[in-house]
Amino acid sequence: MKLASRILPSSEAFRANRAHHLALIAETAAVAARAAQGGGAAAQARHAARGKLPPRERVAGLLDPGSPFLEIGAFAANGMYEDAAPCAGVIAGIGRVHGQEVMVVCNDATVKGGTYYPMTVKKHLRAQEIAAECRLPCVYLVDSGGANLPNQDEVFPDRDHFGRIFYNQAQMSAAGIPQIAVVMGSCTAGGAYVPAMSDVTIIVRNQGTIFLAGPPLVKAATGEVVSAEDLGGGDVHTRLSGVADYLAEDDAHALALARRALQSLNRTRPPSVAWAVPEEPAHDPEEILGLVPADLRTPWDIRELIARLVDGSRFDEFKPRFGETLVTGFAHLMGCPVGIVANNGVLFSEAAIKGAHFVELCSQRSIPLVFLQNITGFMVGRRYENEGIARHGAKMVTAVATTAVPKITMIVGGSFGAGNYGMAGRAYSPRFLWTWPNARISVMGGEQAAGVLATVRRDAIERQGGAWSAEEEAAFKRPTIEMFERQSHPLYASARLWDDGIVDPRKSRETLFLSLSAALNAPIAPTRFGLFRM
Amino acid sequence: MFRKILIANRGEIAVRIIATARRLGVATVAVHSDADADALHVALADEAVPIGGPQPADSYLRGDRLIEAALATGAEAIHPGYGFLSENPGFVEAVEAAGLTFIGPSAAAIRAMGLKDAAKALMARAGVPVVPGYHGEDQEPEHLALMAGDVGYPVLIKAVAGGGGKGMRRVERAEDFTAALASARAEARTAFGNEDVLIEKWIDCPRHIEVQVFGDGSDAVHLYERDCSLQRRHQKVIEEAPAPGMTPEMRAAMGEAAVRAARAIGYRGAGTVEFIVDGSEGLRPDRFWFMEMNTRLQVEHPVTEAVTGIDLVEWQLRVAAGEPLPLAQDEIPLMGHAFEARLYAEDVPAGFLPATGRLDHLRFADGIRADTGVRTGDRISPWYDPMIAKIVAHGPSRASALNRLARALEETEVAGTVTNLAFLGRLARHPGFAAGEVDTGLIARDLASLTEPVAVAPEITAAAILTAELGDMAPPLQGFSLWGPLRRHARLRRDGEEIAAMLIVEAPGRARVELGGVTLAARLCPEGWEVAGRHPGRVLRTDAQVHVFARQGTVSFEIPDPFDRGGEEAGQGGLTLSPMPGLVREVAVRVGEHVAKGDRLAVIEAMKMEHVLAASRDGRVAEVLVEAGAQVEAGAALVRLEDEDG
Repeated sequence: MKLASRILPSSEAFRANRAHHLALIAETAAVAARAAQGGGAAAQARHAARGKLPPRERVAGLLDPGSPFLEIGAFAANGMYEDAAPCAGVIAGIGRVHGQEVMVVCNDATVKGGTYYPMTVKKHLRAQEIAAECRLPCVYLVDSGGANLPNQDEVFPDRDHFGRIFYNQAQMSAAGIPQIAVVMGSCTAGGAYVPAMSDVTIIVRNQGTIFLAGPPLVKAATGEVVSAEDLGGGDVHTRLSGVADYLAEDDAHALALARRALQSLNRTRPPSVAWAVPEEPAHDPEEILGLVPADLRTPWDIRELIARLVDGSRFDEFKPRFGETLVTGFAHLMGCPVGIVANNGVLFSEAAIKGAHFVELCSQRSIPLVFLQNITGFMVGRRYENEGIARHGAKMVTAVATTAVPKITMIVGGSFGAGNYGMAGRAYSPRFLWTWPNARISVMGGEQAAGVLATVRRDAIERQGGAWSAEEEAAFKRPTIEMFERQSHPLYASARLWDDGIVDPRKSRETLFLSLSAALNAPIAPTRFGLFRM
Repeated sequence: MFRKILIANRGEIAVRIIATARRLGVATVAVHSDADADALHVALADEAVPIGGPQPADSYLRGDRLIEAALATGAEAIHPGYGFLSENPGFVEAVEAAGLTFIGPSAAAIRAMGLKDAAKALMARAGVPVVPGYHGEDQEPEHLALMAGDVGYPVLIKAVAGGGGKGMRRVERAEDFTAALASARAEARTAFGNEDVLIEKWIDCPRHIEVQVFGDGSDAVHLYERDCSLQRRHQKVIEEAPAPGMTPEMRAAMGEAAVRAARAIGYRGAGTVEFIVDGSEGLRPDRFWFMEMNTRLQVEHPVTEAVTGIDLVEWQLRVAAGEPLPLAQDEIPLMGHAFEARLYAEDVPAGFLPATGRLDHLRFADGIRADTGVRTGDRISPWYDPMIAKIVAHGPSRASALNRLARALEETEVAGTVTNLAFLGRLARHPGFAAGEVDTGLIARDLASLTEPVAVAPEITAAAILTAELGDMAPPLQGFSLWGPLRRHARLRRDGEEIAAMLIVEAPGRARVELGGVTLAARLCPEGWEVAGRHPGRVLRTDAQVHVFARQGTVSFEIPDPFDRGGEEAGQGGLTLSPMPGLVREVAVRVGEHVAKGDRLAVIEAMKMEHVLAASRDGRVAEVLVEAGAQVEAGAALVRLEDEDG
């Protein structure tokens, strides 16, 4: 059924909302633009002087002209390490080469020589995780000095640290997911394993080097004096060592060779969903900015958003009269059938049961799920606890956790508490998780958290017979509120890769489609749910 | 009317004849050389007969085979077209002896006009004005001076064997004649080994005006004149009808003279009487002289067809079939003005050298007459005239017809070979030509400005880059990015020069191109990429090329092959290494020797096999690092090459 819209674009509220969101977008865009500059002008000039292409131009040169690029972790490490690692020093994302989607991971040598900060490792691993789940061929454009030594304790030893990169390469190769490396700069120490572990490796002459220990370490260890090129340059590795397979004359040549290597993969997309003819939404996605209230606490009808995301604004709403605070239903997104689970208020038991039911339905039919999160949490209070809202919530969480269909999550408002779990938050391994610039994510609202802490404190003070003035309480609460406000900000979240990126709300439809399209490179497995507490 | 005719020709004229024959219900037989087996005229004819090898002497000039083909296919008549055997009286006789009809004049008429001097004498007797001059055997200087006086100064001394302006002198006054003669003779002796000269009246502002005539053997009419003054080295480039500045008196005088010429030889069929005209003081009835008569259909006949509305090939067929002239002189209309431009595959900057190549694309302006014998995919072969098409524009006035021609040339799309299209376009926009200042020297005078390369506007290059990279499609999600768009390097080559640009795709069908310090915004429209608000021309992408059909002509770019890396081997420092341990059997080169890529440098024997090591590139042998008989390790350097100039 085609969704009607009650939005008045000429209204004062619409204009004010739009202005608010445009300001947030501009702020986010400025951060993105800064991050895209990598290590800054001086480092870029040094990079260019070596005949190297800037990393983003390498990515563009690998991809088809005009290919969409779904960047992952564009805000990684923003505000961390004293802002020394824009984009976490590595560019990652999904683009098309000869029409097939590939995951590109490209070191940015202008950022501390492309060395791996903890967030660099996390981002690299996240890109590999997406590639593994979506069965996307991986292309590593390598130009990195290896682990960032001052941070070695947070980079080297643990399970999800540096070594995991090569473990993932081996696992993906074993699973038949192509691994291709293009060595366009240094590839030192552990980094040497990226090309060595790849199925096909290309190296640039007089520019790419692969060695376990660089000339300074060799000299220190054995006294041998050797140039980087003679130790592990392109000529050496393609002629003598066999560590690399193709010798490229420069970056452009190397990228052309990589494109050619991706032509011989002999891959087809698995049969997946029943595609429909794509159609524009009947309502303009541009209006999203005006319909979403500036204040997170103001309720709004999520169907207004759905009407601006799906084909023809057509939405077959499932169980519309039951558990109304959760909107569920079927639609098509650029031709792809999807099941949408969207919040329209606090989750009650009925809504949770309905959500579990709908997730089961989509799993049964192998329809990908899109979660639109705007949730303050599950309803609290005696009545709800007594009727077993935890039991009903668990049903939804179980369904969401164990379904095998691809899940794509977009946080379009609040994401608080257990609502985050039921709505496929990060811990529930959606294939992709995207955030809007106005979103907030935390275990609970700052006010509520401060309230909880204040209540505990007041009880303790009063138990000891003391008194606590309202002013004292307000002063006590302020730092908590401020901390929550700071930490729940999407830039704070995205910097830590709690999501895959912040999205301009007007690009939500495309972003969701590209996510679905990437996910559908992998076959949809049959679902086996966990036990539902009845 | 004939039921079936054979067309003893190829290319556009064969196609042109087939069109009329088809309209009249006459079946056609094409003939073709081996090189033309897939040609357009073969495809269009009802039947086709192969007649021999690609050389004209082996095919289109083989009268015996043509007649044989006509007899074998049951054709009743042979249309010779122009060129080849169209003015060969022996062929006419053979055709008639075989019981077939030759669509053209009699052998006698062709003979009468074939010998230029005799023709002039014949015309003079018939009362047709001929260029005053002396072409006699007596080469005594005194006699020549006397003759020059008879012709009337100024005169032109011309080497009999001449060409290219050598041995040619203009003489203003009788007292300068002897000196000029001596120097002309000296030059002619050096250039041609023959010092004989002829003397002609000097014509100040010569114009080439010809009159189309048509006879049926007893009567003759004319179909007005054509002006073919726009020539380059005696090659007609643009023809028009009527002649600019023509007056009714002059037209009557010339037409009457031409008809008189045709009647004098009992002419049958289409013919052209060429006159040289002194245009220095406008067109005057006493300033035109007979040059020669062409006893065939002319290349430029379409301009006459355009202004009279008469199909000359139809007339040829009807008269040859025994009908009288379809119209009397006063029934022949003259409507408006027409131009014809000859589009050639030729390299204008290289001095109009004939070019060859495969026509990757060929399209003419809508609503324009384009007579062509080729289509997209055809080859312009080196065996024949490299004409691609004749583009004919007609309009109510000279100005409108010329404007239509200019527009039609701008809209003509040719790719795959270089052409004179841009040159024709500039001629059509030449202010002097537009003003009707036509004479045979115009092109030579303004050659530099007519052929100077035009700078390619960045919009044209940008459109080429966009089409090379993105095609002319705007799929959904094109250029999508979450925040800033990616910048992609794009390269093209034009005239051997690398063009580097940056392509930024912002949305489906929306992009920016950074090129030489400027940023151009582009938008995909139904007609292709619009750059900086204007449409630089339709763009065609072939395998490795992009062509922009701009108003200034076709601008072609090459798409560089990213794998074409000449430097791969040079990067080894020119060293040839032993591929495996073995015995040096032979060293085939010495220091200082020049080698070409692929030349044998040395032979290594290993594992019972002889391995020939060849030069990886051209160069000079700088060092020989081993001797025959030496045992070498794998990777041992054997020979070092250096660059020739290094």
